[in-house]
Amino acid sequence: MTLQLSIWIIIGLTFALYIGIAIWSKTNSTSEFYIAGKGVNPIANGMATAADWMSAASFISMAGIISFVGYDGSVYLMGWTGGYVLLALLLAPYLRKFGKFTVPDFIGDRYYSNTARTVAIFCALVVSFTYIAGQMRGVGIVFSRYLEVDINNGVFIGMGIVLFYAILGGMKGITYTQVAQYCVLIFAFMVPAIFISIQMTGNPIPQLGFGSETQDGAYLLDKLNGLHKELGFSEYTSGEKSKIDVFFITAALMIGTAGLPHVIVRFFTVRKVSDARKSAGWALLFIAILYTTAPAIAVFARTNLIETVSEKNYSEMPSWFKKWEETELLKFNDKNNDGIIQYLGDEKLNELTIDKDIMVMANPEIAQLPNWVIALLAAGALAAALSTAAGLLLVISSSISHDLIKKIISPKLVRRKILKEDISEKGELIAARISAFFAVLLAGYFGINPPDFVAATVALAFGLAAASFFPAIVLGIFYKRMNKEGAISGMIIGITSMLFYMLKFKFGWFGGGDQINWFFGVSPEGFGTIAMMLNFAVSILVSNFTKEPPNEIKKLVENLRTPDE
Amino acid sequence: MKEKNKLYWRKNLNYLIVLLSIWFVVSFGFGILFVDQLNLIEFYGFKLGFWFAQQGSIYTFVILIFIYIYLMNKLDKDFKS
Repeated sequence: MTLQLSIWIIIGLTFALYIGIAIWSKTNSTSEFYIAGKGVNPIANGMATAADWMSAASFISMAGIISFVGYDGSVYLMGWTGGYVLLALLLAPYLRKFGKFTVPDFIGDRYYSNTARTVAIFCALVVSFTYIAGQMRGVGIVFSRYLEVDINNGVFIGMGIVLFYAILGGMKGITYTQVAQYCVLIFAFMVPAIFISIQMTGNPIPQLGFGSETQDGAYLLDKLNGLHKELGFSEYTSGEKSKIDVFFITAALMIGTAGLPHVIVRFFTVRKVSDARKSAGWALLFIAILYTTAPAIAVFARTNLIETVSEKNYSEMPSWFKKWEETELLKFNDKNNDGIIQYLGDEKLNELTIDKDIMVMANPEIAQLPNWVIALLAAGALAAALSTAAGLLLVISSSISHDLIKKIISPKLVRRKILKEDISEKGELIAARISAFFAVLLAGYFGINPPDFVAATVALAFGLAAASFFPAIVLGIFYKRMNKEGAISGMIIGITSMLFYMLKFKFGWFGGGDQINWFFGVSPEGFGTIAMMLNFAVSILVSNFTKEPPNEIKKLVENLRTPDE
Repeated sequence: MKEKNKLYWRKNLNYLIVLLSIWFVVSFGFGILFVDQLNLIEFYGFKLGFWFAQQGSIYTFVILIFIYIYLMNKLDKDFKS
C-alpha cells in the first residue's frame, strides 16, 4: 500500500469515529452542552483532559525543541505537568464544589460583581483565541505535509469537523471524542518511540532506553554529549539559559496551566468533588506517558540525526533527507564546496539548518519504520490539534452565551424592560451554538491568515492566565477576607504588567529593549510569574484597605471548604 | 458542626503544605536550583539532576496527586461518620 493511501485510510477511519461519537452524544440541555451534565467518569475525564491539554505543539514540536536545546527543554516538561499538582490541590475540587458552568461564573459570584465577571470573560476570550488560532494552523500544516492538500483546504476540513461535533454535542460530544482522540494520539506517539528505542538500545521502554547503553557499549547520553562536544554544540545535559530564567519560565508555565479556563472547566464535568480530584490524577498520568517519552525521543532523534548526516557525503543522503529538503524545513548550504555535510555548533561553518518540527515527523522515516506508522503519526497530530481546538471552542462559546448573554446582557435588558423575561434555556442553547459557529469561523480565519504574533502569543496566553485567573481563584478559596476591590485591581494589574512586558520586549513597543534590560534577567516567557506575584500583592493589599466582603460570600467560601455531601 | 469543619479544613491545609513542599523541592530544587550538584552523581546512564528535570519530577507529580486523592478520600470518610 502506498503511503498516501494508508494515510487517507487511517485519517478517514479516525474522522468517522469522531463523527459517530458526536451523533451518539447529541445534547439537549445547557448543562449537557457546557459541562456534559456532570456525568463524566473520572478516568474518561482524565483522558479527555489529557487530549484537551496536549495540543499540536505538544505532539509535534515539543520533542523537537528539547532535541535542540537539551536540558533547557526541561522548562516545558516540568512546566506543563507541574501545573496539574496545583490544579488538583488548589483549584479543581473547590471549583467543582462551587458547581457552576464556567470560570467567569466563579469569579463573578465569588466577587459579587459583574465588573469582575467582565474582566474574567475578557481574559478567557483572549487566552482561548490566541491558542485556537495555532491549533487550526496545525491542522492545516498536517494536511498539507502528509496529504499534499493546500494548507487552507486543510484548515477548512479541520473547521468542518470541529464545528460538526462541537455544535452538535457540546461538552458531552467533545468529551467523548477527546477520549477517542487521546487513544489515537498516545498510540501514534508511543509506537515509533518504542520501535526506535529497541533499535538504538535494545530496551523497549523509551523512558529507560535513553539512559541505556548503545551497541558500542557507551551510555546513549554520554555518547550524545560527546558528539555535541566534538561538533561544538553546548553539552546536551546542561543548558545555556540562566538559572533564574529557567526557574521563572517553569513557574509561569505551571501556574499558567493551572489558570487556563479550558482545562479548569473540564473539572466541572464530573459527578462529585472526589471525582474532580481523581480526574486531575488520571489526567496527569495520561499526560505523563507522553511527557516522559518526549525527552527520550529527543535524544534518539538527535543522536540518529547527527550520526546520519554529520561529515557524510551529501549525494549519499537517504530519501527522507531530500523529501524534507523540498519542504524547506531542512536546508543544506555547502559553504566550503566539499560535498560533505558539516553540521556544527559554529554558525559561520555550519552548513545544515533543521526545523524543530521535523524531529517527530521524520523520526519514523529516519528509523525506516513501515508506512502505517507514518500514517498513524499524521492521525495522531490531527487528533492532538482537533481535541485542543474543540475544548477552546467550548470556552469561547460558553463565555459568550452563558457569561455574557445570560448573566450580564439578558438581566440588564429585563431590568430596562426591553425584554419581558430572562433568556430561556432553549434560547441560551441556540446562542451557545451560534457563538460556537462564529468562533470557528474566526479561528479558521486566523488559521489561514496567521498573524505574525501567534507563536509569540502562546507564551502570552500562559502569562495572562497565570497573571489573571490563578491568584483570583486561589485567593477566592483560601482567603476569606478577599473582596471584589482587591480581586479586580489585582487582575487588572496582573494583566497590564504582563502585556506591557511582552509588548516591550517581544514587539519593541514603549522603547523596546534587549536581554540586558530584562527585569532581573527574566525573559518575557518567565515574566508571568512576576506578574502573578504582583497580582497577589496588590489583591491582598487593596482588599485590606477596603470593605470586607458581605456575609453571604463568607458563607459561600466556608461551604467550599467543607466535605462534599 | 462548625468545629468539625474547621478541623477538616486545617487537616486539608496541612496536607497541602507537605505535598506542595515536596512538589517544590523536587522540581524547582532538584531539577533547577541544585541541578549542577546533582549532575555530579550518575546512575544508570543518567546524570541525576538532568534525570529529575526531565523524568523524576514528572513521576513525582503523578504520585503526589494520587497521595492527595487517597488522603482526602480518607479524610472525607472520617468526617462523614
